[in-house]
Amino acid sequence: MSTSTSTQQFPRFDRVERAVHWCNATLFLVLLATGASLYFPQLSTIVAHRHTVKTIHVYAGLLLPVPLLLGLLLPGSRQFRRDVSRINRWTTDDRRWWSRRTRSTAQLGKFNPGQKLNAIFVAAAIVLMLMTGSIMRWFEPFPDSWRTGATFVHDWVFITLLVVIVGHIVFAFSDPDSLRSMVRGWVPEQWARRERPRWWADEVAARSGPADRRDASGDAAGDVGAGREQGPGEAGARASEMPVGD
Amino acid sequence: MTDAGSPIGRRVFLGLVGAGTLGVLFGAKVQDFLANLVPKNDPTGLSTLLPIGDHFRYYTITSGFPKRAPQDYRLTVNGLVEKPFTLTYAELVAMPSTMLVKDFQCVTGWRVPKVHWTGVKLSDLLDRAGLQPSAKAVRFTSFDGAYTESLTLEQAQRDDVMVAYDLDGKPLSSDHGGPARLYVAPMYGYKSCKWLSGIEVVDHVIPGYWEGLGYDVDGWVGRSNGRDDQPTST
Repeated sequence: MSTSTSTQQFPRFDRVERAVHWCNATLFLVLLATGASLYFPQLSTIVAHRHTVKTIHVYAGLLLPVPLLLGLLLPGSRQFRRDVSRINRWTTDDRRWWSRRTRSTAQLGKFNPGQKLNAIFVAAAIVLMLMTGSIMRWFEPFPDSWRTGATFVHDWVFITLLVVIVGHIVFAFSDPDSLRSMVRGWVPEQWARRERPRWWADEVAARSGPADRRDASGDAAGDVGAGREQGPGEAGARASEMPVGD
Repeated sequence: MTDAGSPIGRRVFLGLVGAGTLGVLFGAKVQDFLANLVPKNDPTGLSTLLPIGDHFRYYTITSGFPKRAPQDYRLTVNGLVEKPFTLTYAELVAMPSTMLVKDFQCVTGWRVPKVHWTGVKLSDLLDRAGLQPSAKAVRFTSFDGAYTESLTLEQAQRDDVMVAYDLDGKPLSSDHGGPARLYVAPMYGYKSCKWLSGIEVVDHVIPGYWEGLGYDVDGWVGRSNGRDDQPTST
């Protein structure tokens, strides 16, 4: 592959995925901010307005599963569902990645195991926070110990989420190409080739397959809209406008 | 796609959700256990940031935490009494004091073990004012302008009901309802009216702020609000 092709735009996240990510991120930030000011005594006394903060927190919490559910159910989100199944599957290369000794030999797919774990934890956290938050808010039908237990779980998942989300943001800023792909949808092809060799190889193989297969926009390139938007043809045309080494 | 891998993601997801569900069912017990592991007076204060359920959560029903310096603080006792009076903070603190070491139990489930309260018995204040024969209940008002509470006369005259001005050996902060608050040891926290400024003796119980939101008027710990907590007072 020549140099010009290796700086080409390589589609990574389609519009649906980016929309789901940023809706989720916004809701999480609102929930963490309001949750922190309900939870940390030092913040509660500064923010006060406990009732208002609580109302915002409850409504944002009820909205939390919506972006992910839309992503799973909307007809145009085939790539999102495919990435969910990629996050589910752990290969022998993923196992190799965990050890520093064997990490360099791991031929990673689209996501590294850390990203997979982050996504899985966040998904489980959404379910748990919704469940425990609902018990805390609508406690009447439940035994006291459930309300206390729900508060206990809600608090611990919150503390863990704080750590995980800060980690997620730190890692994102340490890899600008990867971070930008959550905004503009693509990574430089050389990034894909270097960081996610198995994914890159699969995508390239899918592209160079029979023409009818590509038009069907079946698996690798994602949904039809995103495929057109970021497809190889248009990406090539745009390549001249791109700053080199982006 | 030669190596499809195994569905570890689903297992981890279900494992986490399962663990969280167990936490809801048995978290109350785990929390009691953890709370006993952490020293009561952790000098670093870090343990108060961890969710082990044994620290105060601060509530206010107005838009902020009302602040009043001790020198500006006044407590009025009036209503169906012989000699209504108003105390300054210094006069309140100069009265014979009483001390209680009790758990502080919130109706939402958190409990702070072995809190040291210092204050003046409410019955001493009522005795000083002298009750009229028609006195049946006591109504409490707060200088936040919104918080009200009430007790029957019998409840108000218990030895474990006080106007508290020290908490764990320190002057009661504004967050805790200082300079002085009501402390009703055998009842849930909402009965302990914060930022106390008025004690009015009346002829019937007038439900307070939290009772208007659905909590029981007689807020006995373990015997009200559908809860079965261990009592904080006997």
